[in-house]
Amino acid sequence: MVDRAAMGGGGGQGPLPPLIAFGRDLRARGLPVGTGRILTFVRAVAVLGLTDRDSLYWAGRTTMIARHDDLGPYEEAFDDWYRSLRTTDDLQVELNLPTAEPEGAQAEPGGLPQDLEAQVAGPASEWRAASEDDEVEPGDESSIRIVASAAEVLRSKSFNELTEEERAHVMALIRTLRLRVPVERTRRTRPASKGDRFDLRRTLRRSLRTQGEPFDRAWRARTARRRPLVLILDISGSMAPYSRALMQFAYAAMAAGRRVETFVFGTRLTRVTRTLRTKDPDRAMHDIGRQVQDWEGGTRIGESLRALLEQWSQRAALRGAVVVLCSDGLERGDPELLKAQMFRLRRLAHRVIWVNPLKGSPRYEPLARGMAAALPSVDVFLSGHNLESLEHLATTLGG
Amino acid sequence: MSRRPLPFTSVDELQRALEDHTYLADRGLATAIYLSLSLGKPLLLEGEAGVGKTEVAKTLSHLLGRDLIRLQCYEGIDASQALYEWNYSRQLIAVRAMDAADAATHVEDLFGEDFLVERPLLAAIRAGERAVLLVDELDRADDEFEAFLLEILSEFAVTVPEVGRVAAASTPAVVVTSNRTRELHDALKRRCLYHWIDHPGLDREVAIVRARAPHVSESLARDVAQAVSRLRELDLAKLPGVAETIDWANALAFLGADGLTESLAVDTLGAVVKDHEDQELVASRLGEVVGDGG
Repeated sequence: MVDRAAMGGGGGQGPLPPLIAFGRDLRARGLPVGTGRILTFVRAVAVLGLTDRDSLYWAGRTTMIARHDDLGPYEEAFDDWYRSLRTTDDLQVELNLPTAEPEGAQAEPGGLPQDLEAQVAGPASEWRAASEDDEVEPGDESSIRIVASAAEVLRSKSFNELTEEERAHVMALIRTLRLRVPVERTRRTRPASKGDRFDLRRTLRRSLRTQGEPFDRAWRARTARRRPLVLILDISGSMAPYSRALMQFAYAAMAAGRRVETFVFGTRLTRVTRTLRTKDPDRAMHDIGRQVQDWEGGTRIGESLRALLEQWSQRAALRGAVVVLCSDGLERGDPELLKAQMFRLRRLAHRVIWVNPLKGSPRYEPLARGMAAALPSVDVFLSGHNLESLEHLATTLGG
Repeated sequence: MSRRPLPFTSVDELQRALEDHTYLADRGLATAIYLSLSLGKPLLLEGEAGVGKTEVAKTLSHLLGRDLIRLQCYEGIDASQALYEWNYSRQLIAVRAMDAADAATHVEDLFGEDFLVERPLLAAIRAGERAVLLVDELDRADDEFEAFLLEILSEFAVTVPEVGRVAAASTPAVVVTSNRTRELHDALKRRCLYHWIDHPGLDREVAIVRARAPHVSESLARDVAQAVSRLRELDLAKLPGVAETIDWANALAFLGADGLTESLAVDTLGAVVKDHEDQELVASRLGEVVGDGG
């Protein structure tokens, strides 16, 4: 059995502190590793008996990682952690395979201490408390009311002509937009008074009241749910006057349901959905600013779309989705590639909407090579240069 | 809950046992399976289509000498298709057969075992550790079904209102697979151990082909595996999985081939590349894909 005195207190020797520290480190790197997962990890290590680096690697990976995207960060964290152990002897205490099956399901494998849960949870909650102190105070919500007439002017003023003060007002207004995402019918059914499918189950139930005569028949109808919404925003240099506004629009869009994804691209694609889910819009914008590497650089729409299709076409995010692509179409890459990717996108999605701020100018014609290549695969072509046009976009998602 | 001892006591032993059943698992997968069985937690397998996720459960059922109970998920699946359903037609007939006086007293009988149609989840709960439960392609089901499944996986018990509570005497081994057409919920993932199955390396893939299709010669297996690994580097909409590699090798062996040539590849491309545009792309770069065989 393990010497309790040596294990206690969470510090000092014993295998638990390093194992727990590893779990915490993963969490500090932003991976969703809760106490339960760390607990499973410790148990897994006990079951495997800690023989080598491989076992530790796989024990951690199977128990604490649950998302393919998290594998990269895990590798890194594992390498760091493993190197930080002076020797594996640090861990090689009495955590060995039990010779016999433990009596009762409650017993811990490998002679783990009975208060394992408390030991794992204890330090973790301390850690959580510490991190909350570091949280940045959300900025003051700007509670500015603007006179109606002024608002009317702002609505139609192009984003690139706004003063700093006006910009703040308009951004706040964009965030309050309500998006109307169309619904699709699913294969799931629900009881309905006027459905198109016979409901044998309920009919039978009702027939019991009439001596088994199925007199009162019951029906089911297919249910409906909101389609997925995918926003793809161009943040390259030429879009700079508009990208802040579009990002606010994306923030507003997150409220349109759970199946909303947002990507930004310049020369490469970045998924920002998670960041946008933050409650505080300014914080979200700030975080995205740091997350995205290619603000205001060049534009490679075709390549970015290809990356999107490769990673996400398998996923329900794109299939049957309403896709909104915001870009001026000034493609630096190969227009042929863009054309092919748009075609693929068109076949997967329910509806492709292209928002081009340049279209706001009355003299605009889609002559840019990229835009011309993409247009055949676009269902709706809109401008997105001012508040009014974004309002229009919010209501035309459904067509 | 007393557990039946497992027929292996280490990851290495399990890996060898899988190999005896012609499933070549790498160390990571073997560890995941071993932990899943030892800790009694469901194993969630993700990976590209055709890397052998479903095969894990099948092999495991052979290896452990347990029944495989398979629940294939699809869009719109709900509890009545996954757990249990009443045999309504039979019930209706039974009701009609009773006379009015009987009906009042015999209604209870209508909801007895005789009329209960067992679906995979109920079957698994009843079988307990005599079964391996495979929940295949969970990502195709919707959120509601996932929540429902989570409940079943946590308790291994259900309440059928008319019959009462059915609880598993022991938990079955559970393998859940997903093709990642959508991200599964964290709650479900927390309950499971997770393993991502990658496309195998060249040598492993050759070994897999040889194990699964013993009549394919070593040199053909190597040529095919090499060509497939090159295909995976092309910009294809649908990457060929191990299943496709085996199909392709089988097709070629059937034609009496002992190695892969460009002309053979043209004739049999349909076994491995199954998308029209992909086929065009591959056809234009076939020389590169087939290479010189070395």
